[in-house]
Amino acid sequence: MAELLRTHPLEAWTSAFERLPDTVRITVEPFVATVDVRLGAVGPEVRTHLGVDLPTAPNTWVPADAGRAVWLGPDEWLLSSTTETPEELEARVRAAVLPLGGSATDVSAQRIGLRLTGARVRDVLAKGCSIDLHPRVFGRGSSAQTSLGQAGVVLLALSDAGDDHVVLVRSSFAGYLADWLLDAALEFTTTPDR
Amino acid sequence: MQLIPCPWCGPREEAEFHYGGQAHVPYPDDPAALSDEEWAHYVFFRDNTKGRFAERWNHNAGCRRWFNAVRDTTTYRFESVYRLDHPKPVTP
Repeated sequence: MAELLRTHPLEAWTSAFERLPDTVRITVEPFVATVDVRLGAVGPEVRTHLGVDLPTAPNTWVPADAGRAVWLGPDEWLLSSTTETPEELEARVRAAVLPLGGSATDVSAQRIGLRLTGARVRDVLAKGCSIDLHPRVFGRGSSAQTSLGQAGVVLLALSDAGDDHVVLVRSSFAGYLADWLLDAALEFTTTPDR
Repeated sequence: MQLIPCPWCGPREEAEFHYGGQAHVPYPDDPAALSDEEWAHYVFFRDNTKGRFAERWNHNAGCRRWFNAVRDTTTYRFESVYRLDHPKPVTP
């Protein structure tokens, strides 16, 4: 019987990413458990149930226990965890928000993360993203749902220096976005012919 | 490209948005009592204003929320944006 192996949508791009210079470093983040939370009103009881303050300011994210809580809308958040399985995270979050009238759905397979680090990362992103990524307005804790190239992404700022970002992209768009990022980073690579 | 100020996300490029037609079209109070002609007016008939027009927009590449906007149909300028649960702003 054939053995079913778990593969990553960007496995074929690994060596191309490794050839990038340190000024534009792209690394594929490991799979994380992710849950989409819908909740009407956020009160202080959410923290006691969930263990994290869901951010209520638009376009922000906060670190959670072993993951992140990203604002997606006035009643929608993305919770991730690196230590729990998708089933464990979904069950825990659902048990926490269900009594408050909310819902939780496992969306771990929906998005994959790309970590972009380096001094030139902002210039690469600016080629296909219209929002202002200067750390003065897009410092650590900022997030944005926007378009990068033709793909819809969630951008997270991890540093106040503007040189560390996470791009969450839908799995089926990951190959396109990887190609797009490699093309956008071309002018910053040391060997123009790759 | 024109920027549209989303009430949640702030100014974003217009390509991130989707048009939703005229705003403030109330659902009939007693739908069962409507004649075919009245249904047709509710479903299909919309104003075709020249000038300021209150309309619905959806920020589909961002927060995916609906909001209302007052836009001048001759200049395409957005006079104001407001949330669905807010009343239509009074413009001079």
